[in-house]
Amino acid sequence: MSLGLFYALVGGGLFALGLAGLILQPRLLGKILAFNILGSGAFLVLVGLAQRGGTPDPVPQAMVLTGIVVAVAATALALALTRRLADLSGAAVLPEDDARAPANPRGPDGD
Amino acid sequence: MAIESVAPLPWLVLLPLAWATLSFLLGPSRGAGIAIVGLLLQAGLVLLLAWQLTTMGTQHHAVGGWGAPLGIDLVADGLSVVMLLMTAAVALPVAIYARAWFVAKPAGAAWFWPLSGFLVAALNGLFLSADLFNIYVTLELLGLAAVGLTAATGERRAVAAAMRYLLATLLGSGAYLMGVALVYGTYGSVSLAVLGGLVESLPVVMLAAGLMVAGMLLKTALFPLHFWLPPAHGGAATPVSALLSALVIKASFYLALRLWFGVFEPLAAVSAAQVLGALGAAAVFWGSVQALLQARLKMLVAYSTVAQVGYLFLVFPLATGTPAEAAAGAWQGGVLQAVAHALAKAAMFAAAGAMILGAGSDRIDRLGGVGARLPLALFAFGLAGIVLMGLPPTGGFATKWLLLMAALETGQWWWAAVLVGGGLLAAAYVFRVLLAAFAPVPEQGRVTGVARSLEWTAFALATAGVLLGLFAAHVVTLLDVGA
Repeated sequence: MSLGLFYALVGGGLFALGLAGLILQPRLLGKILAFNILGSGAFLVLVGLAQRGGTPDPVPQAMVLTGIVVAVAATALALALTRRLADLSGAAVLPEDDARAPANPRGPDGD
Repeated sequence: MAIESVAPLPWLVLLPLAWATLSFLLGPSRGAGIAIVGLLLQAGLVLLLAWQLTTMGTQHHAVGGWGAPLGIDLVADGLSVVMLLMTAAVALPVAIYARAWFVAKPAGAAWFWPLSGFLVAALNGLFLSADLFNIYVTLELLGLAAVGLTAATGERRAVAAAMRYLLATLLGSGAYLMGVALVYGTYGSVSLAVLGGLVESLPVVMLAAGLMVAGMLLKTALFPLHFWLPPAHGGAATPVSALLSALVIKASFYLALRLWFGVFEPLAAVSAAQVLGALGAAAVFWGSVQALLQARLKMLVAYSTVAQVGYLFLVFPLATGTPAEAAAGAWQGGVLQAVAHALAKAAMFAAAGAMILGAGSDRIDRLGGVGARLPLALFAFGLAGIVLMGLPPTGGFATKWLLLMAALETGQWWWAAVLVGGGLLAAAYVFRVLLAAFAPVPEQGRVTGVARSLEWTAFALATAGVLLGLFAAHVVTLLDVGA
């Protein structure tokens, strides 16, 4: 097994781990970390699988750099929303009632 | 400079980026004017591009003169241009609406203009991208802008909905990126044109295609992955709801269509297509029934989106492994449904917003008196409803007709039943609103007037949805360029 394929398999494992965490973690901070693990898994597959005979391919490296910038931006937004939600509701978890969307009869009127 | 030599492709991305950045620099709540001017210019550029397409065929542009694989290529074919036209046709009236809306209701106004500019730039960029990775970047930009807009009112419900939306959209694009990684690892390219000739059914490519399509289903909110949509679309400020429901979910649908009938065509299995169709049918019924049960007007409209997304996915069983003529008709019907729904749903949210503003409540049972005080808004709502039901001569009818014909030609009558049943259910939830609005004003209630531009823009969008039916043949001709 080449080193590149090994990286790719580890990347696949991280992706699966992140996916499970994103769905199963109740806390938002846990979900955000899980998303970052999932993303790292995809990046590792991208650079690992693209190696030909041990020579790194520069194109996926550039893609991963772009991907990291995107992931940082997404993480920042997620953290900002989590803080706001924790300030408003006192807990950094997604409220249950908003998932099943029928309107909350006690909620405020208007838009 | 001759008009033939103007290249609209890069400007369609740069222009919204420019006005978005400018309105950000101007400060909170500023920038409505430059946004509207920018969107007017954008509409002109798209029309120019459509004209170039019909006279000269598919348009290409190598950004910065580099060319793939080092640089980024932009390509506009018929499908791209129809999507760009849809974006321009919705974004301009919504911007005019938003300008008046935020005067009446300032919640969420602060960063609406920069974020909606980035949203439009991401949409245009996505529709013009010719490689899988650039599409990934635009998808993420689109998702982040859309989530920012959803959260902008800062209320608890909106922030929770935005958080849920963010997690769903990140998971969707994460799955897509994993697919891109597997495709690049296998073929050493992300160019749609190059991959088109290479893809064959290897297990790793099947996995990649499955991940990418699943990611797009989540982002398009196909039942049962729609959980994030109603709170986000129903809870955002009304101009944002219109943009999200009309345009943002269409981007991921466009990508599913592009991948399924393009790069991954050799893998497309009839059984998988039937599953997508079945999920679409379930979405039509579940979304419509939920819409009927909602107490709040905007939630009704949001669940109507869940139902209408279902029709989009009927394309897959009708155009996969079926005779070429029926498949072409179904494909055209699917794209037309995306456009018809964009216009009608933007109109419906806009009209609903005006009605809620007038009635002072978004509960459907308190809409009494709206029919007398805000007839134009209610008329726009009804007109948009007719488009969603698919009555002639609207864009919705052209759509349903094409899909119905394909269903009958390929002997798949059960999809025809979904089309007819869904239309009846849409009629039921639209009439529920109309009946409530024609009721007399409730005691202690008073319907106030709203800014005229709120009603007129809703009416213009709904009219565009109706007229689409009369010009469907032109749209289909445009779609055929480069297809």
